[in-house]
Amino acid sequence: MTMHTLSVLVENKPGVLARVSGLFSRRGFNIDSLAVGETENPDVSRITIVVNAESSPLEQVTKQLNKLVNVLKIVELDPQVSVARELLLVKVRADRSARSQVLETVNLFRARVVDVAPDTLTIEATGTPDKLDALLRDLEAFGIKEMVQSGLVAIGRGSRSITAGPALRAA
Amino acid sequence: MTRPTPETLAHSARRARAAADPTVDVDPAVARPAATPAVPAVRPSAPDQVTGAGSLVRSLEALDVDVVFGIPGGAILPAYDPLYDSTVRHILVRHEQGAGHAATGYAQATGKVGVCIATSGPGATNLVTPIADAYMDSVAMVAITGQVASPLIGTDGFQEADIQGITLPITKHNFLVQNAEEIPQVLAEAFHLASSGRPGPVLVDIPKDVLQAQTTFAWPPTLDLPGYRPTLHPHGKQIREAARLMAAARRPVLYVGGGVLKAGATDGLRRLAELTGIPVVTTLMALGAFPDSHQQHLGMPGMHGTVAAVYGLQKADLIIALGARFDDRVTGKLDSFAPDATVVHADIDPAEIGKNRHVDVPIVGDAKHVIDELIAAVTVERSAGRSTDLGDWWTQLDDLRNRYPLGYDEPADGTLSPQYVIKRLGEIVGPDAIFVAGVGQHQMWASQFISYEKPYTWLNSGGLGTMGYAVPAAMGAKVGKPDTVVWAVDGDGCFQMTNQELATCALEGIPVKIAVINNGNLGMVRQWQTLFYNERYSNTDLGTHKHRIPDFVKLAEALGCIGLRCENADDVDKTIAAAMEINDAPVVIDFVVGKDAMVWPMVAAGTSNDEIMFARGVRPVFDEDDI
Repeated sequence: MTMHTLSVLVENKPGVLARVSGLFSRRGFNIDSLAVGETENPDVSRITIVVNAESSPLEQVTKQLNKLVNVLKIVELDPQVSVARELLLVKVRADRSARSQVLETVNLFRARVVDVAPDTLTIEATGTPDKLDALLRDLEAFGIKEMVQSGLVAIGRGSRSITAGPALRAA
Repeated sequence: MTRPTPETLAHSARRARAAADPTVDVDPAVARPAATPAVPAVRPSAPDQVTGAGSLVRSLEALDVDVVFGIPGGAILPAYDPLYDSTVRHILVRHEQGAGHAATGYAQATGKVGVCIATSGPGATNLVTPIADAYMDSVAMVAITGQVASPLIGTDGFQEADIQGITLPITKHNFLVQNAEEIPQVLAEAFHLASSGRPGPVLVDIPKDVLQAQTTFAWPPTLDLPGYRPTLHPHGKQIREAARLMAAARRPVLYVGGGVLKAGATDGLRRLAELTGIPVVTTLMALGAFPDSHQQHLGMPGMHGTVAAVYGLQKADLIIALGARFDDRVTGKLDSFAPDATVVHADIDPAEIGKNRHVDVPIVGDAKHVIDELIAAVTVERSAGRSTDLGDWWTQLDDLRNRYPLGYDEPADGTLSPQYVIKRLGEIVGPDAIFVAGVGQHQMWASQFISYEKPYTWLNSGGLGTMGYAVPAAMGAKVGKPDTVVWAVDGDGCFQMTNQELATCALEGIPVKIAVINNGNLGMVRQWQTLFYNERYSNTDLGTHKHRIPDFVKLAEALGCIGLRCENADDVDKTIAAAMEINDAPVVIDFVVGKDAMVWPMVAAGTSNDEIMFARGVRPVFDEDDI
């Protein structure tokens, strides 16, 4: 099984996310990660889905997604020629004795401290899933009190845009 | 007893009202254009002040809807007020499931969009089965449901059900209308989606306050469906490749599905088949797409298909699938299906291509365009001298047809044979009638022993296998084709699920004819118990024989129909003839038949098509050396 990153451009209408996510579970696919947001065109939303699948069933799920009336376009992003990022917020135990060590890790990963409390630091980091995993492994030693991660968002490299096209302009 | 005629109760009341207004089109029987307008450009109108409900009914009129099937209730009630004065005929059914299947029967018989209406909550959930049925069989249906008022949505209000959420997986698309201004556009989009591309059911859910709100109505609206672009025209390169394979194949088969009927491509199919001489099999959904009597027709493939059709696909070196979907009932165990075949798969739905079976030449397009372009491409191949002699192939297939024709044994216990009844029905009624089946043994026998010569003369619930489909679907078909004889062939189990719609038929003047093949049992389930469960008949005896409960003749009469009974072979012809004489009321014939008859041939579920059984314990002998 391999990970595939799908960029799904949809009409920005109520219920569209339910249609898309429901289709995955109905057809027996597990979504590894999902992120939704508006695009440069407020009528169009972009759903980035990471799915673990063989290529042949992935083709089937892509075709089924394409059948959804609110789905405008689906592009599979090749990891070689795309930029993919996740956002992580993590609350780490950091009393006075550990704080400098935690900050050292934060600097090492080019993360940022966004909140300070007497015994914790809250750290914000963005990066590839691999980088964030590495950061978390390092922080685990201090004690992670709470964490939250966004889904993956991704965009192709180069000047080409997947949101260009007649259908999307019409939307 | 006064039996209502086609000039009926509710209907005549509406006419009386309409007569006062000479501008209203009073005759619903007036033929309308056969095709539903894809882009509703008819009857342009300037903006008018109306309620949301008025806008809904005006939209239905503008979309040339002549009939809707439904039941009013709290949330949809505002819509029934303008409907009272409309040219749209409303047929008041007895159960929303009946409304849904009637819409399906109407759509399948006429090629137009079938419309059903229900209220919120239980009204809407009662539509779930027919919507799922229409989804599986790709039927153009629009279901309109009332919803609780917007402020109540999400509060578990009285008669609230999230019908949009419930029907998400069983509709082509659905809408929850947010404000009254949207109504004309949503209705136009719903009809366009339902009837174009791969047809399917579309649900429009409208909250009560939206129906009551003041709005303007203007027609035509602009469709805004940027993500919906069905591919109708196939790719020329793929067509040429398919034609090249067809010219070179030694054992080709045309595997024809319901898509050919939906595309109106039956004439083209016949030309293509006769041009190439390739054998044809038609699936359960495609019966009538190619004449049963045609020499090149091998019959129906699949679980209860003919030996020649099953074998033909199984041993083919080329399968040309047209509007078919390699359903498990056709392929049997998938990995042993047609192991040597190269597959050309043409379908309007790209997701069907490669879904089950690996495809060598995928063709996305409407079956009519595909077939027309295949004819042209095959003609080019043939004029270049490229074609193969299919003589050996036909010799093998003809041998199988001769050795293993469809047939049945007379029951040993002297009871009436259900196959005989159905065979005689087909012979006496003839190929112009529409036959509508329920689901089970009677459905399979009706598919096997009635000869379908013309398209749109066979309606059944193929994909979902909905028991109870026949009576309401026959009602819908008869409404759509009032001048055609419509017979439902139903089982006693199926009949007891939806026979209440016969009251609708009696009151609304819809003279359908019902042949109940009454074997006293859930026959197909009983057959599986006979074959696979050591004849342990757990809960399949319905008591319709043992106790004559219900008495179908009395039941028919209670529902305002004429009830007839036939219990032996000598009376079959005259009972059918008597039913054919009655055209002013629905007729029910209770054919009391033996319970032990079985449907053969049979490929047991989950086994390979190679394991087809011609009869119990009889495997066909295939001469492997010939292959």
